[in-house]
Amino acid sequence: MTNAATPAPAVAKEESSGALTFYGVWLLAAIALVVLPLIFSSGGSLTSFSLIGIAIIFALSYNILLGQTGLLSFGHAVQYGLGGFLAVHAMNAVASHNWPIPLPVIPLIGGIGGMAFALVVGWVMTKRAGTVFAMISLGIGELVASSSLILRSVFGGESGITTDRTALAPMFGWTFGPQIQVYYLIAFWVLISAIAMYALTRTPLGRICNAVRDNPERVQFIGYDPHVVRYLAYMFAGFFAGIAGGLAAINFEIANSAYLGATQSGLVLFAAFIGGTAYFFGPILGAILVTYLQLGLTNVTSVWQLYFGIIFIVIVMFAPGGIAGILMKHRPLIRAGTLGTVIPSYLVAAIPTLALVLGIILSIETVARFASGDAINLLGIAFVPTAPTTWAAAAVLVVGGFLVARITWRRVAEAWDRAATVARDRGYLA
Amino acid sequence: MAELIVISTLNGVLFGMLLFLLSSGLTVIFSMMGVLNFAHASFYMLGAFFGYQLTRWIGFWPAFVLAPLLVGVVGMGVERYGLRNTHKHGHVAELLLTFGLAFAIEEIVSMIWGKSPVDYRVPAMLDFPAFTVFSTNYPAYKIFMLVVSVVIFIALLVTLKKTRVGLIVQAALTHPSMVGHLGHNVGRIFMLVFGVGSALAGLAGVIAGPSLVTQSDMAALLGPILFVVIVFGGLGSLPGAFIASLLIGLIQTFAVALNGSLASVFGPLDPSLGASPLTDIWNVTIAQIAPILPYVLLVLVLIFRPMGLLGTRES
Repeated sequence: MTNAATPAPAVAKEESSGALTFYGVWLLAAIALVVLPLIFSSGGSLTSFSLIGIAIIFALSYNILLGQTGLLSFGHAVQYGLGGFLAVHAMNAVASHNWPIPLPVIPLIGGIGGMAFALVVGWVMTKRAGTVFAMISLGIGELVASSSLILRSVFGGESGITTDRTALAPMFGWTFGPQIQVYYLIAFWVLISAIAMYALTRTPLGRICNAVRDNPERVQFIGYDPHVVRYLAYMFAGFFAGIAGGLAAINFEIANSAYLGATQSGLVLFAAFIGGTAYFFGPILGAILVTYLQLGLTNVTSVWQLYFGIIFIVIVMFAPGGIAGILMKHRPLIRAGTLGTVIPSYLVAAIPTLALVLGIILSIETVARFASGDAINLLGIAFVPTAPTTWAAAAVLVVGGFLVARITWRRVAEAWDRAATVARDRGYLA
Repeated sequence: MAELIVISTLNGVLFGMLLFLLSSGLTVIFSMMGVLNFAHASFYMLGAFFGYQLTRWIGFWPAFVLAPLLVGVVGMGVERYGLRNTHKHGHVAELLLTFGLAFAIEEIVSMIWGKSPVDYRVPAMLDFPAFTVFSTNYPAYKIFMLVVSVVIFIALLVTLKKTRVGLIVQAALTHPSMVGHLGHNVGRIFMLVFGVGSALAGLAGVIAGPSLVTQSDMAALLGPILFVVIVFGGLGSLPGAFIASLLIGLIQTFAVALNGSLASVFGPLDPSLGASPLTDIWNVTIAQIAPILPYVLLVLVLIFRPMGLLGTRES
């Protein structure tokens, strides 16, 4: 976008530096993945990193559908879960037959499982996009999740199927018993899958997927069948979701029907959308945030899922681009050097907004803990949920915060407009 | 056998009419605004819980009137302050908004009323057997549910097809700007229709609550089936939704009542085969596969008639 407004030599320069930053980013990511467990070496953080890694692959695979091709799926966990189940069965088979297949290959088998399912059901599902696809994916998801409870020998009923990752042949002396080795296995697959999925967006197929998302009729006019394009995208998404499922099976050493369920499908949708579907790194941010919140909030509050729902609704209503969208909106302002004029208005708006958020948290926790009477610890102040002062404080914070925040955010919009105009005058499109 | 057929038909029609009460609101909202309201089943659940709470405070009959109205008000609020602002971001954003809303409503309900079923009972006035067929007592409350569903169905049909209000609503479906030029407030019409659709869902919740189980996962259980109904019947088609509701109601009720499996018809498999997918399929009863039947129907209709039973367009 910025290229249009800058002279031609600058464009060429930007492209070569673009290649440098491109490889630089992946190199940095690889180094970060290797170094992270050396800095945060506790068992808890290793477990979190592993979960975040799995969530990143899963959310990125979901974005092949939602962000790249414009297919809103409510049943993406089906491929994830089937990949997980296939991986568990493969691990058990390898262990019992003593086949010389090492553990790091197993996620690939999960990926093939996810892709195979997509191959079978995808043709019917991807006939139409939009609302119809959303509903069909929901129906297929429910169908598979319910069937998994009937086919007990394959899916193990409610208890699921367990496996032992250390029973497989060790590789380079690694048995994958300790969590750190599993972490590096996941990190390896995160990097490989992320690069592969990024490369996919750069292929002609990836570009055509974008075109199908934006204008399927024109794609048809230039000689491509949108149905086939959607089908291919669905298969690739299924493949990477299957890899994520296989990694989850390795990490937990179990696969059960919850892997396939609506909750899992909903969480990946939340992660991808909260992070932002328009940019490649959006779902990565979303996966990190959602997994982190999930792990962190469960200890703090009993109604953490409600906060998820509220964050999601707020993002849908006020920032449909997600966190990545918000960040990228500031890029032209940074380049034009006008960001400084916006920041003071942000700081002013932050205070009433924070009050509003605290008020909402206080109200929710008051209702949630009313029966038990446990005190709410907010910014070091203990509130008793049954005390009228708590209700009054919550009401004041919510109403006052809302009224003041509305005014301050209007100010932000004005400051933003001024900054964007200056940026546009300097040749950076905002 | 005759007993099973009569009772299952009655129950099937009852469940089907309840499904129609829900899917009619969903269909009208969908064909009007193009919004697939994911939170529709959540409004149904809200209706059941409001009904339960109001029944405890002021008795069943006031709750029967008030709870759907309350749900309607909630629905209007969602349209006015949520969907209308989201509309500029497109239909997918609207769908996602209602998805988040469904998620949040489920959490709020389980936060307030807990995760276990609440004690929402049939009112004493209707707690007697209406008639006895083949030594089975058929409860009066189910007859009451059936009557309410049929009355609402007829009222909805008459309002949409015969009255001036229905005329304007139908015109606003297809030509919103033309209706706006004629001096009607299209925004307000949308809001009211959304409110009425939600109130219908709430009514279904109030009357179904005592008969089915009132708990915080009732929306998640019914929601997907609702979408099967409207895809199966053809998106946006009210008669299609009606036929699909009855069909799915009957099929599910009959499936639950039947206990046969392949093993009971052809004899058990050789035990030496051990546990395999084949033995699973062989031994599963029709009652066990009842929950997946609607989705099987969905897949079949998509393969053979992608526009649904009475649908006119493909998307």
